[in-house]
Amino acid sequence: MSQTDFDILVVGGGPGGYVAALRASQLGLSVAVVEAQHLGGICLNWGCIPTKALLRASEINHLLHDLGPYGFKADNISFDFAKVVARSRAVSKQLSSGVAHLLKKAKVPVFDGFGKLDGVTKEGKRKLLVTKEKAAPVNLTAKHVILATGARARVLPGIEPDGKLIWSYREALVPDAMPGKLLVIGSGAIGTEFASFYRNMGADVTLVEVAPRILPVEDEEISALAQKAFEKQGMKVLTNAKIGTLKKSEKDVTVPVEVNGKTENFTVDRVISAVGIVGNVENLGLEGTKIKVDRTHVVTDAFCRTGEPGVYAIGDLAGAPWLAHKASHEAVMCVEAIAGKTVHPIDITKIPGCTYCRPQVASVGYTEARAKEAGYKVRVGKFPLIANGKALAMGETEGFIKTVFDEKTGELLGAHMIGAEVTEMIQGYVIARTGELTEAELAETIFPHPTISESMHEAVLAAYGGALHF
Amino acid sequence: MAIEVLMPALSPTMTEGTLARWLKKEGDTVSSGDVLAEIETDKATMEVEAVDEGILGKILISEGTQGVPVNAPIAILVEEGEAVPETATAPQKDASTPSKTDAVAPAQTAPKVATPSVQKSPVTSPAASAALKVFASPLAKRIAKEKGLDLAQIKGTGPNGRIVRRDVENASAKPLSASSAATAPAIAAAGGSTSVPHSTMRKVIARRLSEAKSTIPHFYVSVDIELDALMALRAQLNATSPEEGPDSFKLSVNDMLVKAAAVALKRIPTVNASFTEDAMILHDDVDISIAVSIPDGLITPIVRQADKKSLKQISQETKDLVKRARAGKLKPEEFQGGTFSISNMGMYGVKDFSAIINPPQAAILAIAAGRKQPVVKGSELAIATVMTVTLSVDHRVVDGSVAAEWLSAFRSVVESPLTLVI
Repeated sequence: MSQTDFDILVVGGGPGGYVAALRASQLGLSVAVVEAQHLGGICLNWGCIPTKALLRASEINHLLHDLGPYGFKADNISFDFAKVVARSRAVSKQLSSGVAHLLKKAKVPVFDGFGKLDGVTKEGKRKLLVTKEKAAPVNLTAKHVILATGARARVLPGIEPDGKLIWSYREALVPDAMPGKLLVIGSGAIGTEFASFYRNMGADVTLVEVAPRILPVEDEEISALAQKAFEKQGMKVLTNAKIGTLKKSEKDVTVPVEVNGKTENFTVDRVISAVGIVGNVENLGLEGTKIKVDRTHVVTDAFCRTGEPGVYAIGDLAGAPWLAHKASHEAVMCVEAIAGKTVHPIDITKIPGCTYCRPQVASVGYTEARAKEAGYKVRVGKFPLIANGKALAMGETEGFIKTVFDEKTGELLGAHMIGAEVTEMIQGYVIARTGELTEAELAETIFPHPTISESMHEAVLAAYGGALHF
Repeated sequence: MAIEVLMPALSPTMTEGTLARWLKKEGDTVSSGDVLAEIETDKATMEVEAVDEGILGKILISEGTQGVPVNAPIAILVEEGEAVPETATAPQKDASTPSKTDAVAPAQTAPKVATPSVQKSPVTSPAASAALKVFASPLAKRIAKEKGLDLAQIKGTGPNGRIVRRDVENASAKPLSASSAATAPAIAAAGGSTSVPHSTMRKVIARRLSEAKSTIPHFYVSVDIELDALMALRAQLNATSPEEGPDSFKLSVNDMLVKAAAVALKRIPTVNASFTEDAMILHDDVDISIAVSIPDGLITPIVRQADKKSLKQISQETKDLVKRARAGKLKPEEFQGGTFSISNMGMYGVKDFSAIINPPQAAILAIAAGRKQPVVKGSELAIATVMTVTLSVDHRVVDGSVAAEWLSAFRSVVESPLTLVI
C-alpha cells in the first residue's frame, strides 16, 4: 500500500505545482503531486518552451533570408515544417521527463489523475479524491492542499477553436502545414509570438488587437516600435479593431475586421485566437466551500491562502500576471509559509515579463504612464541600440532601452526593453528593483564591453542627463 | 574554533566592571575591529573591540550586568556554521539586584538552551544594533534620509534582516537622535557657536540621567532645617583634633550631614532601597554616594556602611575619595553601587534645588546653603542658620508619607546632633 497521507498535496504539475513539491521536499515535508496530463504543465508542454523552440527556427529562417549584409549567399533555402514542429515537441518531451526525474529524485510521488477536494477528516486533514476515467479512484489526505491547476485559452463566442481552421495556442504549436495566410486575434505575448513565428517562417500574417496598441501591457513607446518593426517585416497590424462574424468555408475563413467604423474582410487559411486565458477552476470540489472564485480565478490573500484553511492556490489559477515564474515564486513562498518560514508577499512590480517576438520585448515594473498615474514624478532615460557597438556588430540595431526612475528617491520604477536578446538582459534591472538599488548604484556598476547590456547602463545615465554614447 | 571574548580591564587597578551595552547581537557577523560592547564605569566607557572575526555565537553576560570580573568570558565567537559549544555558560547574576557579592559565581552546569544557529533565524537578525554599520538597501537609506528617519531605530525585514523600503515606510517617523540633530542649523545661535564633542563621561551622564529622569517617577519633598546646633557641635569636635599627624581631622558640615543621613536611613529603612520589577530590595548596609563635581562632569564616590562609621572616619574617607575622584584614580567599586546619594551645593550658596535619582537607588538628598534668617521660636523672633534640603524619591519604592517621615528624622538628627557622636 503506497502512502496516501502527506503534509502537502499539490494539485497540478506545472511550474507552480512541481516547484511547490520540490521545495516542500527540500524542507523535509512529505508531499505528492496530482497531475492528470503532463508534468511541467502548459509552460513546458504547450507554452513557454515549445514556442521558444519554434521561434528559434523562425529566427534561423529570418537570418537565412538576410545573409547578404554578412557576406553570405544562399539559394534555394527551404525547411521541413514537420521537422521544425517535431523539434519543438522533442524539446518539450525532454523537459517534461526532466521534471519527472526531479520529482523522483526528491522522492515526490506523482498520482496520475484529477484531484478534487473532498471534505475534511475527523483530524481536520484535507481529503483529496483522485480520479481518472478508467482507473480506480484514490483517496488521499494532507494537512495542506495547494491548488495549481493553471489556466487554458479563453474562448470567445463565434471564434471557438475548431482544431482545423481556428486554432488556439495548442493547434498553433502542432500545425499540420504552414498556413499561407494567417490572422491572429489578440496581441498579448501569446498572439504576438505566434504572429512573429509564422511571419518569420514566411506566412502572410495579420495581427488584430482590440486595444489602441499592440502589447497593451507594455510601455507605449515599446508598443509603437514593436508595431513599426512588425510592419517593416511585412506583417499587417490592426489596432482598435473589432472582429465581426467569421465565415468559414472548407479551406479558409473570412474575418470581418472593423477599424474606425470601416470594415475590411480578411480571407485567411487559419485564425489563431489568443484573447487571454481562463483559470481551471472546474471539478476541483470548490463548490460548497469557502473558497471564492472571481472570474475563473481562485481568490487568495497575499500569501496564496484561500477562504478554506489549509487550502492554497498559486499560479495562473490564482490570477494575474499569467507567468510561469510568478507561479514558481508563489509556489516557493506558499510552501515556505506552510513550513513556518517568514515570507513576504509578491510585489508584481518586481516580476519581469518577456515576449519572444522579433525584436524581443522585456520589461519590469512601472511603465512611464503608470508611474505618473501612481503619482510619481519621474525621470526617464532612453538609449537606442543603434548607438551600441555590439548591437551594430551583430546587425541587431533595432530597438531601445528605457528606464523610469522616481525623481525623489532614485528608485528604478520600471525598465522597458525592445531589441535583440533583451529577454536575457531584463534580469539585471529586476535585480536592481528587488535589491532596491537606486540610480547611483546602477550608474556605478561597470558593464562589460562590448555587450548590448551596456545600453542598460546608458539608459540609466540618460535618465540623469548623462548618456555617454548618444 | 569557538573563541571566548573576555572582560577587559579598564585600568591596572580594575578588578570588575559593568557590561553596559551590547552593540552586536547573537548571530551578528563580527569582523576584527568591530565594537562588540561597551564596558562602563562612571568615569569612562570603554569599547570592547573584536580581535577575531566570526559570528557572535552567544552572549554570556547580559547588558547592564554589574560587577563582571576582569577576564571573565562575556561572549563566544564562533565560525560561520559552527555550533556554540555546550559548555558556554553564562555566569549567573541578576543585574537588577545590586548584590554585596563582588565576585561573580560561575554557574556549575550549562543550561541546555538550544542556541539558534545563525542560519536558522535569518529574518530576526536585528538591525537595531547596527549603530556602526547599518544593513539597509540603498533605496531604504535614501528614503530614510529624506524622511529624517534613523535607520538604527528601524528593524529590517528583508533577507538576513536587511532594512528594505517597506521597513522604512512602515516606521513611524522617529526623529534623528540628538547627536545628529545637534548639527541642524536651527541649533546654531545667531552669534555663532562652537561644537564640543562629547566626552565618554558626558555621554554616560547624558544617557544615565535621561534614563533615570524618564523612567523613574520622581517626586520631591523639601524641609527647612536649622544648622546652628550642628555647627556648634562641629566646632567643639574640631577643637579636639590634634594640630597635625595622622589622627588630626577637620569635620565639614557635609561629613556630618552624611552621617545624619545614614542615621535617618537606619531609622526609616524603606528609603534605603531599590526598585526591581519583582520586588523591593531593602539594603542592609547604608552606602552613601556623594556627588563630586570633577572637571569633566561628576562622579559619586561611596562612603560604605556610613551608619557604622564615626564622623572622623567618614571625614577622612570622604576627603580621600574626593581627592582621588578629582585625580581620576577611583577604583570601580569605589563609585559603583551605593544605596543613597547626597548632592550638596551649599558651597555655591544656592537656596534650594532638586536632584535626579541615581539608579538603582530610591532617593537622593539635595542640600542647599545654610543661611542666617529670622525664625520664629515659640512666639519670639530669632536668628538661625537655616538650610533647605529636598529629597527626590522614587515613588515606586517610597511613598510621600515615608519620604516626609525620613526628612523629619533627618531634621531631628541634624537639629539634635548629639546622635551623630553616640
